[in-house]
Amino acid sequence: MDYCPHTPDDIKQMQSAVGIASIDELFADIPEKFRVPSVLNIPAALSEQETIKVMSGIASKNKLPQFTLTGAGAYHHFIPAVVGHIVGRAEFYTAYTPYQAEISQGILQAIYEYQTMIAHLTGTEIANASMYDGASAMAEAAVLCAKMSTRTKIIVAHSVHPEYRQVVNTYSWANGYTVVEIPYASSGQIDLNALQNELDDKVAAVLVQSPNFFGVIEDITPLADAAHKKGALLVAGFTDGTSLGILQPAGASGADFVVGEGQSFGNPLNYGGPYLGIFAAQEKFLRRIPGRLVGATVDKNGKRGFVLTLQTREQHIRREKATSNICSNEALCALAAGVYLAALGKNLRTLSELNVYKTHYLKNKLLQLKGWKEVFSAPVYNEFVLRCPDARQVNEKLQSAGVIGGYELQKNYPELENALLFCATEMLSKEDMDRVATILK
Amino acid sequence: MELIFEISKAGRGAAEISTSDVPVVNIDDAIGKKYLRRELDLPEVAEVDLVRHYTTLSRRNFGVDLGFYPLGSCTMKYNPKVNENVATFPGFTGLHPYVNDESAQGNLQLLYEMQKYLGNIFGMAEFTLQPAAGAHGELTGIMMIKKYFEKKNEKRPAILIPDTAHGTNPASGALCGFETVTLRSNSEGGVDIDHLKSLMTEDVAGLMLTNPNTLGLFERNIEQVAQIVHGKGGLLYGDGANANAFLGKARSGDLGFDVIQLNLHKTFSTPHGGGGPGSGPVGVSAKLVDYLPIPRIIKTGNGYNWSDKFPETIGRIRSFYGNFNVVVKAYAYIRSLGAEGLTHATEMAVLNANYIKEKLKPYFDLPYDRFCMHECVFSGKRQVAESGVHTTDIAKRLIDYGYHPPTIYFPLIIPEAIMIEPTETESKETLDTFCDTMIAIANEAKENPQRVKDAPLTTPVSRLDEVLAARKPDVCWKKP
Repeated sequence: MDYCPHTPDDIKQMQSAVGIASIDELFADIPEKFRVPSVLNIPAALSEQETIKVMSGIASKNKLPQFTLTGAGAYHHFIPAVVGHIVGRAEFYTAYTPYQAEISQGILQAIYEYQTMIAHLTGTEIANASMYDGASAMAEAAVLCAKMSTRTKIIVAHSVHPEYRQVVNTYSWANGYTVVEIPYASSGQIDLNALQNELDDKVAAVLVQSPNFFGVIEDITPLADAAHKKGALLVAGFTDGTSLGILQPAGASGADFVVGEGQSFGNPLNYGGPYLGIFAAQEKFLRRIPGRLVGATVDKNGKRGFVLTLQTREQHIRREKATSNICSNEALCALAAGVYLAALGKNLRTLSELNVYKTHYLKNKLLQLKGWKEVFSAPVYNEFVLRCPDARQVNEKLQSAGVIGGYELQKNYPELENALLFCATEMLSKEDMDRVATILK
Repeated sequence: MELIFEISKAGRGAAEISTSDVPVVNIDDAIGKKYLRRELDLPEVAEVDLVRHYTTLSRRNFGVDLGFYPLGSCTMKYNPKVNENVATFPGFTGLHPYVNDESAQGNLQLLYEMQKYLGNIFGMAEFTLQPAAGAHGELTGIMMIKKYFEKKNEKRPAILIPDTAHGTNPASGALCGFETVTLRSNSEGGVDIDHLKSLMTEDVAGLMLTNPNTLGLFERNIEQVAQIVHGKGGLLYGDGANANAFLGKARSGDLGFDVIQLNLHKTFSTPHGGGGPGSGPVGVSAKLVDYLPIPRIIKTGNGYNWSDKFPETIGRIRSFYGNFNVVVKAYAYIRSLGAEGLTHATEMAVLNANYIKEKLKPYFDLPYDRFCMHECVFSGKRQVAESGVHTTDIAKRLIDYGYHPPTIYFPLIIPEAIMIEPTETESKETLDTFCDTMIAIANEAKENPQRVKDAPLTTPVSRLDEVLAARKPDVCWKKP
C-alpha cells in the first residue's frame, strides 16, 4: 500500500517534462558505489486490512491491567470525550508549526489560551507553548538558569522524580555543570538545613518538585527564600498536574520557574509518550525562556490576531546564540491540555478533591494490613509511600489479579526497602480499592 | 473572534465530575491551609460552546487534509488514516510506562523492530527512539559525539556546520558546549572542499551535514567529505530532515555518517500536530553504540526487556521511552509501504520536485540549475527587482489560492528564498495547478504589485503586526 497518486502515464509525462528517460537519472548525484544494490531488507508491503491485522496482533501482546495503583510521573485520569473530538480534527493534527500566522489562527489562538491557563494554574506570569516532557522542561530550566547567571552548579532535591534527575544530569554534563543532590527529611520534604549548607555563590538553580516523587507537598516559600538569598533561582516542578486544582502553585510562593509534566491534562498514558512539558516563568524571564511562544497582536485593520513571537530567542533566527535548540514542541498535546482545562473549568478543583478522597481511602485500607506503615509525615496529594513486609510479593499478588501495584522505590532509593509509592486517582472505584485490600489480606 | 475566557460565564461547566463513592475528607485538615490555593480561575463554558469554540478555531487552521502544503524541509506528506486508527488501539494507548516488561511485550516488540527497520533503511548499527523531536535527536547525537571524545581523552572544542544548515544544528552544538564554525558552500551548492580541508583539524569534533542539503541538492563529494572528516579523527553527523530524498536509494551508514537523526513526522508520515508531537530517532555506527541514551531494549529468548545497564551511556534524555505513540504510526507506515513502497515514495517525491523545478524555472530565478532531490529552491530576486514584490508577498498571495506557502527566506544563503517540497503524495494535477498559480502570481506581481503586497485577502485576519507582538509582548490574556 502506498499513497502516491501517480499513474504510469503521469510518470511518463513528468519524466519527459523533466527531460529524463528513467527515474534513476534523478539520482545520478549519488555515487554509483553507494547506491543501494537491492531492495531493503524489511517486510513486504501490506494492504490496509492487513496492516490493521498486524497492528492489532502486536497490540494484543500487551496485557492491559484492570486498574493501576502506580502514578510515578504518568497518571491515569478520565479524559472527557470532547478532547478526542477536538484533537482529532485534521485541520489541527495535519498542520505544521504555525509559521504562516494568517492560516494558522486556530492553533495559535488555542495555544495562547493554553499559555494563559497554564500561567494561572502555576501561579506564574507567563508560559510557553510546551516542551517535550516534564523531565526535559526541568533540564532546560536548569540550563537556562546557569546560562543567565554564568554559575555552574545545579542543586536538585533527591525527592525529584529519578528520571528527571537523570535527564538534568545528562543536560548538565553536556554543558559542563555540576549537579548536587539534597537529601529528604523524615517528613518526605527536602532537608532545608542541608539545602542551606549547600547553597553558595556558585549555585545557579535549585530544582524541587511539589508534590515530589513521594507524593509529598513541599513548602515552597522557605526554599525560594533560601535560594534567592544566595542569588540562585528556584525551579519548582510538580508531579500530577491535577494537583494544581487545589494546591497553592509554586509560582505564587516565590518560584522563578514552574515546570512539569502536563500529561494529566487530557493526554492518554500511551506507554510514556507523547506527553507535554509545561514551562512557566515569571515575566522578567520572558525574553530568555526556551520554546515557542504565541503572542497577541493586531492586523493592519486593527483586528486581534496571534503570531509566534519573540522568535529572536529561537534557533531558526539566532542559530548558535539561541536560548535553546527546541523547534517542534508538543502542540497537539498542549491543545488537548487546553481543551481539557477549558472543559473542566472550576471542576478541576472538584476533581482534585476527589483524588484526595480516593487517596485517603486507599491509604487507610492499606494501613489496616498487618505490618504496613506510613513512611513520611508531610501532607500528600494523590500519591503516598507505605512500607510493607514484602514489596515484591505485594506487587506479584496484585499483578496476578490483573492489577498494577505500587512503584518499588528501592530501585532508586536503596534505603527505602519494601517501600511502595501508590497513586489513587478518580479512576479507582471504592470497589477496586476494597478488592486490593482483599487480594493483599 | 472571542477567546475562551471571553465566552466564560460563572456557573457554567462542561466536564462534570463523578460524585465520590468514598468518604469525603476535610481538605483543609488533610492537606493544611497554607498549602492550598484560594483562586482557580479557569473558563466556565457549556460543552456545546466549548465544541463550537474549538471547531471554529480548527476552521481557521490549514492542514495537509485541506490542501497542498509544500513547506520545504518539513516533508508535509499525506498522513494515512489507517495509522491514526491503529495508534488508538487500547493496547497502545492504555499502558502505563511502568508496567512490567512482560505486560508490554507488544510495545517492546514494536519498538525493537522499528529500530531494526530504521537500521536497515539507513545502514546504521543501532537506533534509539528516545528523542521526542528532530532537534532533540540532534542534541542526543551531539552528546554522543561529545562522549566519544571524552572517552578518548581528546579535547575537541569546535564543530563544523555548513552555511546552509538548519538553525537547530548550531543551536544543538552550542547546547553541548561546542563552538560552532561555519563551513562555506561551493558554487554548486555543495560543501566547499578546500574550506573543509582548512577547517578540519584535530580541534574539531566533526561536521554536521544535511544530505541532501537544504538546497535540495545531494552532496556529490560525500565520499571525500567523509574522508576528510574521518582523516582528522572527526565524526560525521547527518541531519536526516531530508531523508525522504533517498529511501532505498542510498544509506547514511554507507555514505560514511557516524550518527544521524531522523524525523518520523517528516519522512515516515506521522502528522505534525500543528507543531508536535514529533519523534527524532537517532542512528549510530558501531563506534558510538555504547553511548546511546538509556534505556535500551534487549532481546532474549524470553522476549524483550528494557535495560539501563550501559555504563558508557550519555544518560537519559527524557522520561520513559520517547514519543511511543508517534512511533506506532511510523511503524504502521513502514509496514504498509514495505521496501518497494518506501523506494517508490522517494522516487515520486524527487520526480515531483524536479517537475516543479522545470515548470517554474522560466518564471523564478533558480540559483542552482541541476537535478534536485526532494525539494527545489528558487529565489524571488527577479520579482523584487521588477516590481518590488518580495518572497513573503508571494507566499501570502498563495494563501488566497488555497495553498500553504513554501518555506521562505531559508536557506539563508539564497536571497528571497522560496523552498518548495511537494512530497510524493501529490498528483500531477495538483502540481500543475500550483505551478499555474505561481506563474499567475509572478504575472500579477508585474501588473498589480500592490494586490500581491496586500495579500492575503481571504483570511480571517490580514497580515499581523509582528513588530508590535515582539515589542509589547502579550503571551497571556489578562482580565480587563
